[in-house]
Amino acid sequence: MTPYLITHDLSIGYRRADRIIASHLDLALASGELVCVLGANGAGKSTLMRTLAGMQPPLHGEVRIDQVSIARLAPADLARKISLVLTDRIDVGLLTARDVVALGRHPYTDWAGRMRPEDHAAVERALDGVGAAHLADRHVHHLSDGERQKIMIARALAQDTPLIILDEPTAFLDLPRRAEIMSVLRRLAHDMGRAVLLTTHDLELAVRNADHVWLFGGDQQIAVGAPEDLILSGAFAAAFDSGGIHFHPETGAFTISGGVRGAIRVIGAGVRALWTERALERAGYAIVSHAEDVVEVTENGLWRGMICGKQRDVRSLDELVRWVRSAGEQVPT
Amino acid sequence: MNTKHRTIFIGLIVGLGGVFVLSLALGSVSIPLRDVVTILLGGEGTRSTYTTIILNFRLTKAITAALAGAALGVSGLIMQTLFRNPLADPYVLGISSGASLGVAFVVLLAGTTGTTLLAGVGLLGDFALIAASSIGAASVLILILIAARRVSGTMTLLILGLMFGYAASALVSLLIHFSVADRIQTYISWTFGSFGGVTWGQMPLYAAGLLIGLGSANLSAKPLNALLLGDVYARSMGLDVRRVRMWLISSAALLTGIITAFCGPIGFLGVAVPHLCRVMLGTSDHRILLPAVTITGAALAMIADIIAQAPGTATVLPLNAITALFGAPVVLWVILRRRDVRETFAS
Repeated sequence: MTPYLITHDLSIGYRRADRIIASHLDLALASGELVCVLGANGAGKSTLMRTLAGMQPPLHGEVRIDQVSIARLAPADLARKISLVLTDRIDVGLLTARDVVALGRHPYTDWAGRMRPEDHAAVERALDGVGAAHLADRHVHHLSDGERQKIMIARALAQDTPLIILDEPTAFLDLPRRAEIMSVLRRLAHDMGRAVLLTTHDLELAVRNADHVWLFGGDQQIAVGAPEDLILSGAFAAAFDSGGIHFHPETGAFTISGGVRGAIRVIGAGVRALWTERALERAGYAIVSHAEDVVEVTENGLWRGMICGKQRDVRSLDELVRWVRSAGEQVPT
Repeated sequence: MNTKHRTIFIGLIVGLGGVFVLSLALGSVSIPLRDVVTILLGGEGTRSTYTTIILNFRLTKAITAALAGAALGVSGLIMQTLFRNPLADPYVLGISSGASLGVAFVVLLAGTTGTTLLAGVGLLGDFALIAASSIGAASVLILILIAARRVSGTMTLLILGLMFGYAASALVSLLIHFSVADRIQTYISWTFGSFGGVTWGQMPLYAAGLLIGLGSANLSAKPLNALLLGDVYARSMGLDVRRVRMWLISSAALLTGIITAFCGPIGFLGVAVPHLCRVMLGTSDHRILLPAVTITGAALAMIADIIAQAPGTATVLPLNAITALFGAPVVLWVILRRRDVRETFAS
């Protein structure tokens, strides 16, 4: 099957500023696929999205949808192929959620914007599709950020395009809401057969949900692959390691290095040991398997620290971290 | 359009009719309603002066006011949506500044240059004022359209309009400074605005221009709705934003230019009517707002004119003072009741 969207030798950037962001891109996006675009701030994610959506001309090469170059498509035709969801919170005034979703039918209604029965049906389908049917009659002004984002996704869904492009749809949302939006998007791709392309800063959600990741590497190239492959190949670490930030392939998490206070060995296993290590890392200690300073996760729910020859039992990790720090500082090493 | 909207629209249309009849009945001389209806239907009033007053003065004034109010409301609505700014009014692009400058040149300079042709204020006549403000408004309109083709950001246009307004009022100040008292008086009277200046002879031009502008604006509900989501979304839904913007600015500028030329710079209605309608109907949907603003604007302009005539007296108050004096508290009340203008407004 030919992918729905492909780029052919595409270079993106700004002609006026003489700035090339990425070049020789041959990307492909198939229907039913959820793709996350990842990269550090300023890597060019938004530029790529704008170029793919036809909002910004490419420096070189072309973007093809359904085998047709988007440069040759009239705005009205493009609107039936790509729909957008933007980051910015937009105040639309006195419109209900259903009114906003209905705006998505713009490419299909007549000059007066009259809604036919099939348009109304598409609006209700879209509201159901994102699980927002119960919000339909509420004014968007009164919706929470997460609910509002769902409505904007429903609007894109009502536009009935095979491809939906979202620019940081999970920004400004709390973690449960981010996970919810991601699962909505995954459903759009896997159950409804849409091609879904989004940028995000949330690596963990991206890794857990994306079928493919397009990763800005900083060398005018974009690494493409399943998220797990990119982690194993070291592409993730290469893209995000900078200025004391390290990506750990073992945990899929980031740590902030620099100013290491010392090395500590943690004795123990299970969840309590894991979070003990996290707490000590946060306090600036490296966790190693052999060290003179030791923290033991004891069976009775306490922690026993042995630092610089001193020993103490503590009841919480907060207490542990404070004691470890003060014990380490009193003895100059 | 739901049942609530339908009820409100019926109320608005009935109200508009009532206000229209009232505006023919009330004035320095009160005419019985029965006579008003008889004369409107082509009969003769109980006194022949009634027929003359209504057909020659009040009817033109009522039509002038109704069309102006509708047009100001509609162009205010367009500007507010286009610039995503609740304070935008029909004059935001500097049209009235251009007209004021034109009128100021004719009225204020005429005395100082000492030309015998325009020596007396009476000789200046309405026609000279209309011509001067038309030329002023049209020049600004052309400048705006040229600018709109070149700049991409809507906000840039807003700033251009503002700056032009400042420059124009500075020039007017200079002209006033070097002018004489009775000329200044004439100029100030013009800035008060009046619906009484349009004669039957001028009516076809005035009405046709406004009806064309109102028609084209009322056809723009769909693109205006798309613009509620902002330029990028509008474009992603297939809207040719640049072309739509030109179209909307031209319609609004045509409406505003004609009104300023014939009636002077009528303030306040253009800002207030769209806000009133949004709150009254509880929606920002332009398919409903545009007709509502058209009717409400027409009715309110006629009411303002009735009040300005100070019925039963021979006094005529400045129209702009009335629109603001009576309108501002109403709008304040309506908006403060909602507490937050952002609730009703797209920004």
